[in-house]
Amino acid sequence: MAIQLTDTAAQRVRTFMEKRGKGVGLRLGVKTTGCSGMAYVMEFADELEEGDTVFEDKGVKLIVNPRSLVYLDGTELDYTREGLNEGFKFNNPNEASRCGCGESFGV
Amino acid sequence: MALLQISEPGMSPDPHLHRLAVGIDLGTTNSLVATVRNGVAETLPDEKGRHLMPSVVHYPDQGPPQVGQEARGYSALDPLNTLSSVKRLMGRGVSDLKTVAGHVPYDFVPGDGGVPRIRTRQGDVTPVEVSGEILKALRARAEASLGGELEGAVITVPAYFDDAQRQATKDAARLAGMNVYRLLNEPTAAAIAYGLDKGQEGVIAVFDLGGGTFDISILRLNKGVFEVLATGGDSALGGDDFDRAIAGWMMQEAGIEGDTGHHRMRQLMMDACAVKEALSEREEARLKVALSDSDYWSGCITCEQMNCLIDPLINKTLAACRRALRDAKVKPEDILDVVMVGGSTRVPRVRERVGEFFGRAPRVDIDPDKVVAVGAALQADILAGNKPGDEMLLLDVIPLSLGIETMGGLVEHIIPRNTTIPVSRAQEFTTFKDGQNAMALHVIQGERDLVDHNRSLARFTLSGIPSMVAGAARVRVTYQVDADGLLSVNAREMVSGVQSSIEVKPSYGLTDNEIETMLTDSRSHAQEDMLARRLREQQVEADRVLEALDSALGADSELLSQDELKDIRDAREQLAAAREGEDHEAIALAIKGLERASEDFVARRMDQSVRKAMSGHRVEEFE
Repeated sequence: MAIQLTDTAAQRVRTFMEKRGKGVGLRLGVKTTGCSGMAYVMEFADELEEGDTVFEDKGVKLIVNPRSLVYLDGTELDYTREGLNEGFKFNNPNEASRCGCGESFGV
Repeated sequence: MALLQISEPGMSPDPHLHRLAVGIDLGTTNSLVATVRNGVAETLPDEKGRHLMPSVVHYPDQGPPQVGQEARGYSALDPLNTLSSVKRLMGRGVSDLKTVAGHVPYDFVPGDGGVPRIRTRQGDVTPVEVSGEILKALRARAEASLGGELEGAVITVPAYFDDAQRQATKDAARLAGMNVYRLLNEPTAAAIAYGLDKGQEGVIAVFDLGGGTFDISILRLNKGVFEVLATGGDSALGGDDFDRAIAGWMMQEAGIEGDTGHHRMRQLMMDACAVKEALSEREEARLKVALSDSDYWSGCITCEQMNCLIDPLINKTLAACRRALRDAKVKPEDILDVVMVGGSTRVPRVRERVGEFFGRAPRVDIDPDKVVAVGAALQADILAGNKPGDEMLLLDVIPLSLGIETMGGLVEHIIPRNTTIPVSRAQEFTTFKDGQNAMALHVIQGERDLVDHNRSLARFTLSGIPSMVAGAARVRVTYQVDADGLLSVNAREMVSGVQSSIEVKPSYGLTDNEIETMLTDSRSHAQEDMLARRLREQQVEADRVLEALDSALGADSELLSQDELKDIRDAREQLAAAREGEDHEAIALAIKGLERASEDFVARRMDQSVRKAMSGHRVEEFE
């Protein structure tokens, strides 16, 4: 079981965490919503919850709850730029399909 | 796939439900757009990495208007079709142009309407339309950067903007297809950007010297709430004026005549600006001014020389600071923090003098060009609902009193200046004449006693008042100012329930009363205003007495002998003559004289009406 970040993503997360000035890590997850059934969740975490798994990679704590972990195992989190837009991207081997707009996915 | 951003705990958006919100600093010289991404508020750059977008619009021969850096390139080549600093014209009327037009070298269309129009090769445009183009460009940049449609924006305006100027800003946003969550005062945004809302409680001064406007705001942070204690400033003072002062010096040194063409003036202003920037880092700058195609004048200017040129302008800003402190009833030593905003606060001399004035080093850590946009973005993020249970609440004040015209062209203030908004205040008025069934309401902004010396915001009429004797109708006039500082006025006759209301839409076409001047005038003309008020009050009273007498004579003159009638008529003539004069005491005297002369007449009328009322009734009925 592992979740990783690219160097760029790790660097951005560290900067954002630093500027926010509080929090124990970055919570990654999935929620059941959207046209293809699932959507990614990415939030600052202020506390750990029971059953959370914590992956530490490149100085960043990635926090995942057990329900989400099965969908995220093997994911690599990247940070990219597309034109003027920039943001995080999940490279998730579990993804089987994705809705046309790319806002949600299925497994 | 869509790129993701980090949200606050529990605030992840559902797919397709991103609430993209931005803060926009719509400046005189430059504009910026900022947003909160991954918990960080940052300004959004264009594809070349430039954050500032010059507030310049160029109307080319063909194709859509160009905005920003591209447009600015044309300012020297095609000055009449390249519009900048239009913020100075927002919400101003044609008659206001005299004060500002000297500074903006455009061809104004001599027109009939109130809104000034600028002639370009693509047709005549209004300042609102030009601002709309700037906002459109910012919106496009934001949507490209955020990968979605904007839900809303917070746009900042100088604290000193009056209702017409605020409404004009909102109109520009509407033209750009933008939903405005609210307008926010620039200095308030700056305080938020510095996170002063989470800091120590106390009084904060925000010194904002931009390209074209100067604002000083005195804010107080109390239990996490910002209250604006006072605002002051000058809506026509900024870095442009520094440039103008330096350009003037250059012209003098180079022996250029005062009335030079559009092209040359532009070039000189750009040179002056470059000199100013160079002198922020060095002690001395060299300069070269083209006298003709082949001839140049070259010279040298030192920091000290420039300081002498700009000191009078800095003095003006400090005088405004002093007034704002007095309005806020605080002393310089009560100020906990001084925040510097606006590109012109990079000038070392400005920082030095402001530091001396407040007796503490001002805050300059956040880029003074970006700080307002950043604060607006933080506010937009909260208003869009992207932040959990945040308690930040902002209070603003109205910059000038709002009042209503009463008989005799006098102003009665309904909401005094520096009242925190939103606010709603009501006052009751009544009719002046018997059977009066309409009332004209004139909404006034300003501090002076006579209507003519203030700014007229709107006029409307309450009609359908049922016939009643003078003074019997009860007209309740309610002034309401919303969180954006926009005014709506409602008038309601309480007996019959008839009502009428108006939203104060831009009153572009009205005389310019530059707010600064208005405030100074209200102090320097206090004595004169008082005398004028007394005179008008006596004139109104005289009119009322004459009106009442005439209607009484019309009805009951048979109660008087010829001699009595003559006495009353004489006294009446005396009053009518005095009323036309300028002496309020003489009018008061004549009113007394007429009252004395008609005492018996009044008594006889009274007896007669009592007799009429009682005749045909028995005494018992009155017991």
